[in-house]
Amino acid sequence: MHNKSIAELAKGLRSGEFSSLELTTAFLDRIKRHTGLNAYITVAEELALEQAKAADARLAKGSAELLTGIPIAQKDIFCTDGVKTSCGSKMLDNFIAPYDATVVEKFNDAGAVMLGKLNMDEFAMGSSNETSYYGAVKNPWDVNTVPGGSSGGSAAAVAARLAVCATGTDTGGSIRQPAALCGITGLKPTYGRVSRYGMIAYASSLDQGGPMTHSAEDAAIMLQTMAGFDDKDSTSVDLPVPDYSVGLSRSLEGLKIGLPKEFFGEGLNADVAATIEAAIEEYRKLGAKVTEVSMPSLRLAIPAYYVIAPAECSANLSRFDGVRFGYRCENPADLTDLYTRSRGEGFGKEVKRRILMGTYALSAGYYDAYYIKAQKIRRLISDDFKRALSEVDVMMGPVTPSTAFGIGEKIGNPIEMYLSDIYTIAINLAGVPAMSVPAGFAKGLPVGLQIIGNYFTEDRLLNIAHQYQQVTNWHQSAPKGFE
Amino acid sequence: MNSQWETVIGLEIHAQLATKSKIFSGASTAYGAEPNTQACAVDLGLPGVLPVLNEDAVRKAVVFGMAIEAHIAPYSVFARKNYFYPDLPKGYQISQMELPIVGIGHLDIEVDGVSKRIGITRAHLEEDAGKSLHEDFHGLTGIDLNRAGTPLLEIVSEPEMSSAKEAVAYMRKLHELVRYLGICDGNMQEGSFRCDANVSVRPKGQKEFGTRAEIKNINSFKFVEKAINHEIERQIELIESGGKVVQETRLYDSDKDETRSMRSKEEANDYRYFPDPDLLPVLIDEDFKAQIKAQLPELPQAKKLRFKADYNLDEESATLLTSSRQMADYFEAVVKESACEAKICANWMTGDLLAALNKADLEITDSPVSHERLSGLLKRISDDTISGKIAKQVFEEMWQGTDTADQIIEAKGLKQITDTGAIEAIIDKIIADNQDQVEQYRSGKDKVFGFFVGQVMKEMQGKANPGEVNKMLKAKLK
Repeated sequence: MHNKSIAELAKGLRSGEFSSLELTTAFLDRIKRHTGLNAYITVAEELALEQAKAADARLAKGSAELLTGIPIAQKDIFCTDGVKTSCGSKMLDNFIAPYDATVVEKFNDAGAVMLGKLNMDEFAMGSSNETSYYGAVKNPWDVNTVPGGSSGGSAAAVAARLAVCATGTDTGGSIRQPAALCGITGLKPTYGRVSRYGMIAYASSLDQGGPMTHSAEDAAIMLQTMAGFDDKDSTSVDLPVPDYSVGLSRSLEGLKIGLPKEFFGEGLNADVAATIEAAIEEYRKLGAKVTEVSMPSLRLAIPAYYVIAPAECSANLSRFDGVRFGYRCENPADLTDLYTRSRGEGFGKEVKRRILMGTYALSAGYYDAYYIKAQKIRRLISDDFKRALSEVDVMMGPVTPSTAFGIGEKIGNPIEMYLSDIYTIAINLAGVPAMSVPAGFAKGLPVGLQIIGNYFTEDRLLNIAHQYQQVTNWHQSAPKGFE
Repeated sequence: MNSQWETVIGLEIHAQLATKSKIFSGASTAYGAEPNTQACAVDLGLPGVLPVLNEDAVRKAVVFGMAIEAHIAPYSVFARKNYFYPDLPKGYQISQMELPIVGIGHLDIEVDGVSKRIGITRAHLEEDAGKSLHEDFHGLTGIDLNRAGTPLLEIVSEPEMSSAKEAVAYMRKLHELVRYLGICDGNMQEGSFRCDANVSVRPKGQKEFGTRAEIKNINSFKFVEKAINHEIERQIELIESGGKVVQETRLYDSDKDETRSMRSKEEANDYRYFPDPDLLPVLIDEDFKAQIKAQLPELPQAKKLRFKADYNLDEESATLLTSSRQMADYFEAVVKESACEAKICANWMTGDLLAALNKADLEITDSPVSHERLSGLLKRISDDTISGKIAKQVFEEMWQGTDTADQIIEAKGLKQITDTGAIEAIIDKIIADNQDQVEQYRSGKDKVFGFFVGQVMKEMQGKANPGEVNKMLKAKLK
């Protein structure tokens, strides 16, 4: 059951081959058997069984939707009413959200079953899932390596078949990079396509939730539920949501693919490069035309990101002050002591580092030199994307410069860690959608192909990924021990 | 005040906008609820929540901008003002910094008959913080977030006022204006209209400004005047005794009538303003402005001029009757309903009605005598049913109870007697009984005429039509 696609499962639920309760129980059993991956922070067993029963009733009544009864899991950044929402932090270890995020509400309305809450880098700050207060997540392809981050728990859970699919969020690559390192499909939608309400903010102008699945076909189904305007999120965009499944079978004949030359330069691992080139070759066979494009401002993406994201996070995380919710230090002597110790003890090292960087960048006398300059660079990068995407339909390249690295390998060197996001960060700065699609293996570890499209062309990206997945089966490979 | 010194004052006024819900959430803004019962997830700053701008707050800010003939920004931006305080749930206040919604405008004030134009630098939208309650918690502090997220319009003046008197005049004028526009209830006790004053002094003739001190949260007209005057004195004394004014924030203590230092410039927060990424820029197009302009109420100055012209009122009455929109509306309703001469309506309002209201410490909106009832009374004066003197008696009765003028006139038999036969009989009797006075009158002592009128009225318990009595007496005494 755990290797089936959403459509196959939906069919099985309707034909009576199995019930949602059986399906949910099977996944709960798998979760219990594989706690060593540390993919889940909270397993919501009781709730899941309850939801499964409700789904079965709904299926019996004939009012079920495609996701009704399908066991999914939420990244622990989405607020879930009555269920602990930790954001991977000690700061929120005691936080039971009193409301549902819009995304969660939508899955609940669709009748999906929530198995639990997935591990992640603390407040989504990290590229290896090692900054989590709940410990590192292990990559099911090699438990000595990282699953990527910040949606590391989501990627590991889907790869290990501990959930049919999962939500993730992507601020600088946090869906695509772990999807690539764990060999699954991940989509970061256009900024504004999916509501951010109830998704704990890291960097508001960059954060975007999206699906993490085995296939593009599953991603289309998930996105269908997640996408859409939300009057609770002013930055969500009021555009009609297309039917993402209907265009999947479109032919790729004549598709114009651009390869940004900056994605294939120094720093790219040769095995990864070869895998990506093989994938591009596959697209040629499917009728695509491939040209080279240039993104001259790309080299500025990481410095710009590490001003903008920390600046926004420095304000976003101010509400964690020990006053109303979350961690509070013991016996505060006075107000300053309450603030400094609650935050000092509640936040981890990487979060503190980014709050400090952001506070510095926004300070009087530095604001113009850092924040304003970074915003200018952001505009240049957006212009690069617009220009390139006016010449080609999509761009393709690697998601990461290398495959999964070892646990503990980069955590001591933040700059090296930051550089591993070189191919993903610029996409968030521009706000365009992008996917990571399993494209093969390099020395036994998954490699992700990145497909980058124009604003609100998620349907096209899913179609392009789906066509590739019709002629390859990388997305179906399961790690050893998790088949 | 020492004449060698010149004072420079600028005011920052925080007006709470009278919207039903908060500026970024759907929670109610009503005052006085149980603590924390009007704070929703957004107001509490829970993880994951997002602000959504209340269009009515924007509308009210634009209404204000138009009333002060200001530039309305087609593109304005909300920014985060970062500082930690327990009653500031998010650790930042959503405000506007570089691109406020209302740009340069002005307000004309009048002090001792001289009018002066005060520049308004800007007005911007922001959210209010909650309240810290330091009493009743045994050394701890309570937080009430009901007020958190209430929309504020911060109105910043140019440093163009040169006395406490001018500052008060400006504040009063602004207070009158926002209430007129219906954008703020102006309730100063409840903190709906608050004032910070920037005060500095400089030797007369000097161009550069002196170092200023900011006096925070002075919440009555009386205290503004006192606080500013006190601060001017303090600064002059300080400089004259060889000291230097330091840039700082000071708090006015109304009990001791003094200001004291709250924090110096060095201790001031670096607010690290930056555009709020959760909110889109506010775009205001010509259509929106035209729509608001069409709904803009008549402004106090224009109304006053119209009252003078259309109703032939003097300056004093016109000023009084346009001092609030409700007062002016009451007046116009009375003129219309009573069909009385406007001047008589005005006299009744500025006289008996206002005196009674002042005595009872009531606003016109809470007047026990509605405009319908006052109109009913004035109608009976103009159609000669009662005299002005009797009318005062009827008004007294109306103030105490709920009866209409007609009911009171009827019940008390106050109807004026216009029956000439009845009046004639009384006159004849009075003339017969007072032959001495008749002699005096006929020998040219005109003053005695009043005596006859008085006697007749007394005999008729004031109900005789005075015009008729005069006419007939004159004829009989010839």
